[in-house]
Amino acid sequence: MQSVTPASLVITQQDVHTYIVCSGSWTIEHLSDAARNLETLLPLSNITWDMRGITDIDSSGIALWQLTNRTFEEHGHRCETIAEGEDHSHLFRLLYSKPLPDTPMPPVPSWLYRLGKESYETFLGVGTFLAYLGEAFVLLFYTLRHPHLIRYRSIGAHIIECGAKALPIIAISAFLIGVVVAYQSVVQLQKFGADIFIVDMIGISLTRELAPLITAIVVAGRSGSAFTAQIGTMKMTQEIDAMKTMGFDPFTFLVWPRVIALMIVMPLLIFFADMVGIFGGMVIAQIHSHLSFSEFIHRLQGALALKHYIIGLVKGPFFAFLIAFVSTYRGFQVSMNTESIGQYTTKSVVNAIFLVIACDAIFSVLLTELKL
Amino acid sequence: MSLPIIEVRDVVTSFGENLVHDHVNCTVHHNEIYALLGGSGSGKSTLMREMILLERPQSGSIRVLGHELSTLTPLEAMQLRRSWGVLFQSGALYSSLTVGENIALLYNEYTDLNPKLIEELIKLKINLVGLPPHAKHLYPSQLSGGMVKRAALARALALDPKLLFLDEPTSGLDPLSSRQFDALILQLRDLLGLTIVMVTHDLDTIHHIVDRFTLLGDKKAITEGSLQEVLAVNHPIVDYFFQKGQHGIAR
Repeated sequence: MQSVTPASLVITQQDVHTYIVCSGSWTIEHLSDAARNLETLLPLSNITWDMRGITDIDSSGIALWQLTNRTFEEHGHRCETIAEGEDHSHLFRLLYSKPLPDTPMPPVPSWLYRLGKESYETFLGVGTFLAYLGEAFVLLFYTLRHPHLIRYRSIGAHIIECGAKALPIIAISAFLIGVVVAYQSVVQLQKFGADIFIVDMIGISLTRELAPLITAIVVAGRSGSAFTAQIGTMKMTQEIDAMKTMGFDPFTFLVWPRVIALMIVMPLLIFFADMVGIFGGMVIAQIHSHLSFSEFIHRLQGALALKHYIIGLVKGPFFAFLIAFVSTYRGFQVSMNTESIGQYTTKSVVNAIFLVIACDAIFSVLLTELKL
Repeated sequence: MSLPIIEVRDVVTSFGENLVHDHVNCTVHHNEIYALLGGSGSGKSTLMREMILLERPQSGSIRVLGHELSTLTPLEAMQLRRSWGVLFQSGALYSSLTVGENIALLYNEYTDLNPKLIEELIKLKINLVGLPPHAKHLYPSQLSGGMVKRAALARALALDPKLLFLDEPTSGLDPLSSRQFDALILQLRDLLGLTIVMVTHDLDTIHHIVDRFTLLGDKKAITEGSLQEVLAVNHPIVDYFFQKGQHGIAR
């Protein structure tokens, strides 16, 4: 680019009058020095601008000139400009053709108002979620009376997507949980010479609590977020509207296949996580307590009552139901702007994990009270 | 006449097997409104994306403001990008920022002007494109289609570029808003001395404000010139595009 002299000014005071002689290029790249100079100038007298030396001016130069003038005029001084170029007056007339009113920021409502609004919206949100569930069940019963409407193919596709393809990540997570539990307990149990109880510890805690929970969390993060994003994208591209106009109900086509697939797959995944988790514990037991695999399994048969294992599996469909419903519900809430898809995906995962943990707590209380 | 603002010579572009440009040429002069015209898939948007450094042609040369695009250093490319403004088809305003913040972003990143002056400049730009003053505090999702285009134009004009690229500026607007937007572009060209390159297939826009244009089709630049010059050319795509002999604009 060719060399340009930056904007500069010479300020001279004569009695009660300030002369500002400007020169150089008053364009946005070259304006910063002049702007800093003018900022330090106190509005104490009338001013006269001499604009003869200006080679080039753009809207930022005009804005600076006008802004300075306005500061001086607010203090009751007069401003005049001599020898402004043709470009200059042209641009000025274009930019300042209309007055520029100050538009204050819209006021931020008080915290009390916001708290009330948030609470009310949360309350409404629970209502709409229940309405969503209700609509889903009405359509479920309708579909059950017309079994040819069931989307078997779609259910199968989701079983592969959410089940088979989730096996590696579930294997790694469950194995590590088994390892962690074994490590923590082996150290404590060794103090009492009760190494053998590591089998009880791992067998019961994994099958009853940890494997279902860890599986649900992985599934919520993996499939729940995918459901929200898939349905949200379909909503943004108006595919859902298109489906409705063709008489394809989104619940039978999108929601129930996902819910049913996840409910079928979840107990299987939990069973898989049980196996891998116990194997993780076995590995640590052998390394740390020299408990061989066959001894471990022999002890496990005695220690692990069937009910623990079954309770773990039974939780699966419940967790799956919650995850699938919350995530599809959040998908339908996505609106037309790009931010909302990320926002609702986050909400869906957070809600799903919270509901899974809450549901697990209810199970614990109920089953303990029932002496199971 | 000084050097052309944009000079495209023998540009060849292909995406995989699909050849888009087969030795395309065109020239944009100072202070004119220039349009790239063509049917869907004729590569007019791609040609513009190549001019603004978003894509690279396989071969050929593009000179913008005297710089050969294929041999730019990253630093030169940065400087060159600041000397033009781009209005994207859907506006591409940052949806997490208000209109005012969208414009302020450029000032805050590229200048060290004080906040008062930046504030004044934002107001000027919003005023210039004909938005109401309170639009400054609105988010893009709260704007209508026409307002989004105007806000995006204000952002494109933030750094006072001398060259402006518009991608389908009137698409998605109703006819009245389209004509108003055309008038605005014409006014800005005259008063700010801009050179404007646009992709469009709005025949009214071409009729009313475009000085010269290139008609792309069949992987080539079929013809270049003013509307009268192009209409004089005998070519099936020209006939098809302007519906010669029917109710089109050729009388």
